[in-house]
Amino acid sequence: MIEFKLPSLGADMERGKLLEWRVKPGDAVKRGQVVAIVDTSKAAVDVEIWHDGTVFELLLDPGETVPIGTLMATLLEPGESAERAVKRGRPAVPAAAAPAAAVAARAPEPAAAALARRKPVSPAARQRARELGVDAEKISGTGPGGAVTLEDVEHAAAAPAPTDRYAEMRKAIAAAMSRSKREIPHYYLSEEIPMQRATQWLLRENEKRPVTERMLMGVLQLKAVALALKKTPELNGFWQDGAFRRSEAIHIGTAISIRQGGLIAPAIHDVDKKNLVELMRALSDLVSRARAGSLRSSEMSDPTITVTNLGEQGVGAVFGVIYPPQVALVGFGRVAVRSWAEGETLSAIPTVTASLSGDHRASDGIRGARFLAELRELLQHPEEL
Amino acid sequence: MNESEIRSRVLGIMKSIAPELEEGELRADRPLRNQIDLDSMDWLNFLVALHEKLRVDIPEVDYGKLVTLDDLVAYLRAKLESRAA
Repeated sequence: MIEFKLPSLGADMERGKLLEWRVKPGDAVKRGQVVAIVDTSKAAVDVEIWHDGTVFELLLDPGETVPIGTLMATLLEPGESAERAVKRGRPAVPAAAAPAAAVAARAPEPAAAALARRKPVSPAARQRARELGVDAEKISGTGPGGAVTLEDVEHAAAAPAPTDRYAEMRKAIAAAMSRSKREIPHYYLSEEIPMQRATQWLLRENEKRPVTERMLMGVLQLKAVALALKKTPELNGFWQDGAFRRSEAIHIGTAISIRQGGLIAPAIHDVDKKNLVELMRALSDLVSRARAGSLRSSEMSDPTITVTNLGEQGVGAVFGVIYPPQVALVGFGRVAVRSWAEGETLSAIPTVTASLSGDHRASDGIRGARFLAELRELLQHPEEL
Repeated sequence: MNESEIRSRVLGIMKSIAPELEEGELRADRPLRNQIDLDSMDWLNFLVALHEKLRVDIPEVDYGKLVTLDDLVAYLRAKLESRAA
């Protein structure tokens, strides 16, 4: 029997609200498949499963809010028989709720899914929603089986969702950043990196490409960070239970600002193994999904380091706050033409200030310096990235 | 396509990328990036949309000429006219 529990979707998450099941009992699932959509305070996240198996029982109803680690469903392992498996049973679910969830899970088409997701709305709630000019279908219900109650309607009318989301995100950022500054002894380093070669190389590359395949400087920076981490692995991983646990995989959390305000840093996976074109595609996909509020659980839960780029806002350098349990954060300021001395020659070339915030429990400044030196070297050979 | 048509198409595309944009408040002769929150990814998405909707390609070397809405409209008009000719 496989137990599927609500995973942590970021260090700042304590609980999640099940919005929708994407599977039903009897469905075969594959590792990496999206099985549920869960609302964290930051976004609605597609939650993936990490085992092959067959769904046995769903133990939560859409609309329920539960802490991390709560058992959400059980699955049969490949080869395990349903007759011998023991039903856990869910705590008192009204019969009316089950069909709604099952129908929603079966509908593959987006249009059909929207229809199938029609929520149970109590008649009183529906009438009140009409009076208040609220769309009852769009309210997330807290009643049995995700039913929309009178209270839900009044709550929704009183607090419009976007404001709520922003306040929740602010709270989540506050919790993670306070924890970081309370627990992590940060050290900060910075290095001005000449970007003449990288800028010219990118310009030449983009000249050859149709607009749909153009790359951004941010992609070169991400790849260079990933390659530099291979030489300083003590910056890539997690500080957990009083010790550093290094990560073989390099999943870079990429800080993305949300238009309505706030910030989210989902991961681009295996950055060291992707070429620049693949990375550009991944970045562009991630930014659009982050802004549309549709991220996957693995992207939220497993960044091994974070990169933030505030150059677009015109700042020279950024010294960031590490996102726990990560142990480092790399920042890039604006790429701009500045005076640069090489030997006895003074010239004007594009440069960027790269910075490193490191967790002094996991690494020392000298290793951080090694990382920035390697980063600088890699950015001098853009064609090899 | 005349100038006002180009202007309204450009604004439409811009709005799809920056939904918070209030057309009435946009000064056409002031730098766009000072008025709308556009990062390089937004700008690239904007160019991709222009490419798809107006079939105009803007090379990267020309980015620097396109600071205001007026610049953009004039640039696109010249491109579209040279193609029609």
